[in-house]
Amino acid sequence: MTRQLHVLAPGLLTTVQDRGRSGWRHLGVAHAGALDVDAARIANRLVGNDGDAAVLEFTLRGPRLRFDAPSRIAIVGAPPVVRFEGKTVPSGRPVELPAGTLELGALRGGARAWLAIDGGIDVEPVLGSRSTDLRGGFGGLDGRALREGDVLPLGMGSARQVDTPQAPAWWIDPAHDTHLPIRYRPSAHAAASALARRSWTISASSNRQGLRLQGDALPAPGGDGVSEPVAPGTIQLPVDGCPIVLLADAQTVGGYAKLGHVIAADLPRLAQCVPGQPLHFAPVDAATAHRLACAARARIARIGVMIDARLPAI
Amino acid sequence: MTSRAACDIEALADDAWLLRFGDRIDPELNAAVHAMAARLRALDPPWLRDVVPAFASLAVFFDAAEDPARVHAALLALVEDGDASALPLRPRDGVIEIPVLYGGEHGPDLESSAAELGLSPRELVARHSAGDYTVAMIGFAPGFPYLSGLEPALALPRLATPRARVAAGSVAIGGAQTGIYPRESPGGWRLLGRTPWTLFDPRREPPTRLQPGDRVRFRAIDAEEFARRASRQDAAS
Repeated sequence: MTRQLHVLAPGLLTTVQDRGRSGWRHLGVAHAGALDVDAARIANRLVGNDGDAAVLEFTLRGPRLRFDAPSRIAIVGAPPVVRFEGKTVPSGRPVELPAGTLELGALRGGARAWLAIDGGIDVEPVLGSRSTDLRGGFGGLDGRALREGDVLPLGMGSARQVDTPQAPAWWIDPAHDTHLPIRYRPSAHAAASALARRSWTISASSNRQGLRLQGDALPAPGGDGVSEPVAPGTIQLPVDGCPIVLLADAQTVGGYAKLGHVIAADLPRLAQCVPGQPLHFAPVDAATAHRLACAARARIARIGVMIDARLPAI
Repeated sequence: MTSRAACDIEALADDAWLLRFGDRIDPELNAAVHAMAARLRALDPPWLRDVVPAFASLAVFFDAAEDPARVHAALLALVEDGDASALPLRPRDGVIEIPVLYGGEHGPDLESSAAELGLSPRELVARHSAGDYTVAMIGFAPGFPYLSGLEPALALPRLATPRARVAAGSVAIGGAQTGIYPRESPGGWRLLGRTPWTLFDPRREPPTRLQPGDRVRFRAIDAEEFARRASRQDAAS
């Protein structure tokens, strides 16, 4: 029998995501994918999935979900209060669940978390990915965020039959250093270094396409330039002088001036920015960006090895 | 074309370099962009992930595990080699003819645009469909083609207040360019007509009928042909 996941309440913005689409940017197709692909990969690893299985990404407040069969889950990211049939369920580790209702509440200390389920969310891949492209209206479940009453197919699982939630005593905490400034490679634009000398606040109009920053406006050009390719991490300077940091759902080209880009190692941290939160930037050179990217990859690989060493003990 | 296309290479992301050939909309610069894109695709180095042409620049995304300095060196060698004639300039030969029903409910701005240009609607249709266009880039929305080659006398400013809803397939002029809305969306370009073609279908690979660098023409069709083609396309999808 195929397992299904029933959405009883969708949360604020819950979408199906995997590691995203590549190879179609030249046709205007955004990358999409989990805003923190490392967190999604770790969640998958905890339940015994491939790293690129589809997970649920939720924003600020999680969904209420009913499992119609035993499942193994893992939640990674900003930890929500999680209850299964009234009992508290821990994050950062594999949890075996019987059939029943899982309620994910408000997220603490960040904006996003990811839920992996053994077998993965088995929606049809579109252009090589199960990720939801919200702007394009395809991928995931009908190209949109989850709604009450939605039913998601789950892949072939490997969960055990249990009567109550069961979790090991160990856990993984891939938390980021939230107090460090966001490191970026400045462009040749005149205002590129000034970005680091001002303090910014995350605007409530931020979304998966980009973080909008509020603060002392930077000097900006009077109109749009000739459109050029942009990427997740690109720091744009619109005419109002308030920067936008593009995220995974970024369009593929844009006409705003560019102040530079957030380094790869710090992109996952942007996923956790909450509206109203202060944000600071610090410029780094190319060698530092490369060193930090390698260190971040090595750290995720180490976490993966740690998980694999412990999994047979579940 | 064998001209050496000088370009700067700058970092777009830790896993992407931007090759900038200039900072204006110019057919020669755009041809150099597409020539370089075609060379990169033909070479297909193992680190290559995405090649994104724009008007005067080209983004090259590479495997994040690759050393950016090595990719930079490979791109620099390619730029300095400069012999674009060895490989095809365009991904495909030939001209793609796009059927368009001009005016009426499908082209609500045709009459006002013609009046603004001092033309009759018929003259505007004739001149718009006589143009040879190139898909300078695809962006803004999935499958939205920016077509260069609009006769300069047909340039029209965008609407002061964008429409909340533009129908999928709308053929429009925005500034010095013409383009086609692939799906229903808000938009501020002047709507001259509509094609029955589906420009973007994510269930197909590739999802677009047009590729960057393609050459395009418009052919005026009547309401009967529009209806016939639209229903045939529905049946096919």
